[in-house]
Amino acid sequence: MTTELDAKAAPDIGEYKYGFRDSEDNYVFKSRKGLDAEIVAQISEMKNEPEWMREFRQKSLEIFFQKPQPEWGGDLSQLDYQDIYYYVRASDRPEGSWDDVPDEIRRTYDRLGIPEAEKKYLAGVKAQYESEVVYGSLQEDLEKQGVIFTDTDSALQQHPELFREYFGTVIPPSDNKFAALNSAVWSGGSFIYVPPGVHIEFPLQAYFRINSENMGQFERTLIIVDEGASAHYVEGCTAPTYSSESLHSAVVEVIVKKKGRFRYTTIQNWSNNVYNLVTKRAMAYGDSLMEWVDGNLGSQLTMKYPAVFLMEPGARGETLSIAFANQGQHQDAGAKMVHCAPNTYSRIISKSISKGGGRSSYRGLAKVAKGAHHSKSNVICDALILDEESRSDTYPYIEVDNDDVTIEHEASVSKISDEQLFYLMSRGLTEAEASSMIVTGFIEPLVKELPMEYAVEMNRLIELQMEGSVG
Amino acid sequence: MSSLLRIDDLHVNVEETPILKGVNLEIRQGEIHALMGPNGSGKSTLAFAMMGHPKYEITGGSIEIDGVNLVELDPNERARLGLFLAFQYPVTIPGVKVADFLRHAVTNVRNPDRKEGENLIPMREFRKELRSKMEELGMDIEFARRYLNDGFSGGEKKRMEILQLAMLNPKFAILDETDSGLDSDAVRVVSEGVAKLSGDQMGVLIITHHERLLEFNTPQFTHVMLAGRVVETGDASLAAELHNQGYAGVRERHPIAAAEEEKAAEHVAG
Repeated sequence: MTTELDAKAAPDIGEYKYGFRDSEDNYVFKSRKGLDAEIVAQISEMKNEPEWMREFRQKSLEIFFQKPQPEWGGDLSQLDYQDIYYYVRASDRPEGSWDDVPDEIRRTYDRLGIPEAEKKYLAGVKAQYESEVVYGSLQEDLEKQGVIFTDTDSALQQHPELFREYFGTVIPPSDNKFAALNSAVWSGGSFIYVPPGVHIEFPLQAYFRINSENMGQFERTLIIVDEGASAHYVEGCTAPTYSSESLHSAVVEVIVKKKGRFRYTTIQNWSNNVYNLVTKRAMAYGDSLMEWVDGNLGSQLTMKYPAVFLMEPGARGETLSIAFANQGQHQDAGAKMVHCAPNTYSRIISKSISKGGGRSSYRGLAKVAKGAHHSKSNVICDALILDEESRSDTYPYIEVDNDDVTIEHEASVSKISDEQLFYLMSRGLTEAEASSMIVTGFIEPLVKELPMEYAVEMNRLIELQMEGSVG
Repeated sequence: MSSLLRIDDLHVNVEETPILKGVNLEIRQGEIHALMGPNGSGKSTLAFAMMGHPKYEITGGSIEIDGVNLVELDPNERARLGLFLAFQYPVTIPGVKVADFLRHAVTNVRNPDRKEGENLIPMREFRKELRSKMEELGMDIEFARRYLNDGFSGGEKKRMEILQLAMLNPKFAILDETDSGLDSDAVRVVSEGVAKLSGDQMGVLIITHHERLLEFNTPQFTHVMLAGRVVETGDASLAAELHNQGYAGVRERHPIAAAEEEKAAEHVAG
């Protein structure tokens, strides 16, 4: 009964405190604005990268310039790639313990409640402040089992073979314009390797944070769950409120090998000027399970479609996504499921809420390739529209090159009914409380999948979004 | 001093059509009143208008609790003043757990000045009370974890209304055909529940077609509605008479109202 938790147990987000910002004087290095080969070379130089990565970045940059701006999805016309800082480093090296983290950064995290969260059951915390990981810890027993949980830059230096074997194999730079951009300028992100048969019982967590105006954040995450292993990774994002655009364009690659199980949970709450353009994809092998749980709040435009490629028989993929589009926001979110082998199963559950003129779009693909017989795909998308100004669209794409497959698609669009409002209000709830409760109930099937403190945070974020919704 | 609910010359329109045409009623805390009448006489309209449903437009008259006029107040404000309506058709709220909903409702009703976002009543205290009330009403504690009225049978929904009545403990409760659609066992459970709850601190208005609910809750007053007005008030024997003989006698005694009823029925049919 997660929603009954005492609010004290949760990070205090009773007001929008995340709109604070720290002074930027303490930055060790900040690139000039704009994007060209020199900037990219400079990033490699700062990071002292091996030759192959330098080449990879430069090649990706070329692809980025060649690829046209996408014309589907959301409005990207105001996005100026040359008006962005592509690399900022806030601290010289990753810190090993909380006490070593610089005061100012610690204060920021304190306000986000991270130490509190860690005390409870965090296995390791990777907090991304600007473009680098400055703080990380990992429980000893995990290390003993051979689990690697580090930032992606460190992984490149410390685990070069493992890194090179998988990096860019799930999402090559040529996949799309933003994947190419990320491949050229990536910095930070998480690297996780779970050896065969190892089960991590508690969620691995990362907090990401953008703090510098006009600074793009391009984290790159690579996760390998080896045969028969299981893990759950959780990331939550909050960003301060800024007056001009910020770009967030991450790439997340996941490989789940035979009989492995992996869940990737994200809650994002960007400030209203952020472009959030993320490519997330997993390859799921025989009898494995890959789950994306994805909560999207805030941002100016989010385009994000977590994908699972079901590579071998028995693989299963699931995406649960929640989108909340408020005033001035467009959430273009969904999922992709690609069945490449027989007897594979996928499920997409999408819930969106539009309010105050916000727009949410479900965009999803269910694809069954030739030979992937006896596969099954199930898509449910429900939209809740809270007022007349708001908008919801559904763009389901279904491609089937096969007989003997089952594809189910259900979609619904609803409004809060007067009868529901009256019923709750007759029990003493104000109209705002009643609306908020109905919305909370609408997303409950997804929220109950979140770790407890995230569920509390999610519900409180929804309440914040609902405040002042009733005139 | 016991509280008084007073309805004075109440006129209500639904979508421009006058449904209530001057209803007068007085209920004191501790009293049980039965409200009877044929279909379309305005019983449920009265219930919804009292609770403040936005579709029921009050065009004249007043509803007062201890002198405070409710007519301009939102339903939640009326609830906080001690009014409760058990719905004939309780609404489903998917994804909202009974316990979460009730904790919020109980907090607001017990702290009428509470602002949005202020603390709810302590979890432990609330759970204990909920558990004991559920036991009293013979309800499985599992109910508290279910989504509000979602997938509930007719009987379960009605019991959920009675549980809410028990937790909110209002000064005045309106039961809108709480017995409809129930088998006799379920009616007995609900009747006993109401009998247990309504002591000298609760005034109850039982809207019913039947006498069954009244077996355990003998009314001191029985009111009969016809064509949007209360045309007769008597004691428990009036309820018994209506149950045995129907409304023919009432129509004979009130020919003008009966004619209006017929006219309204034609209007609807036409």
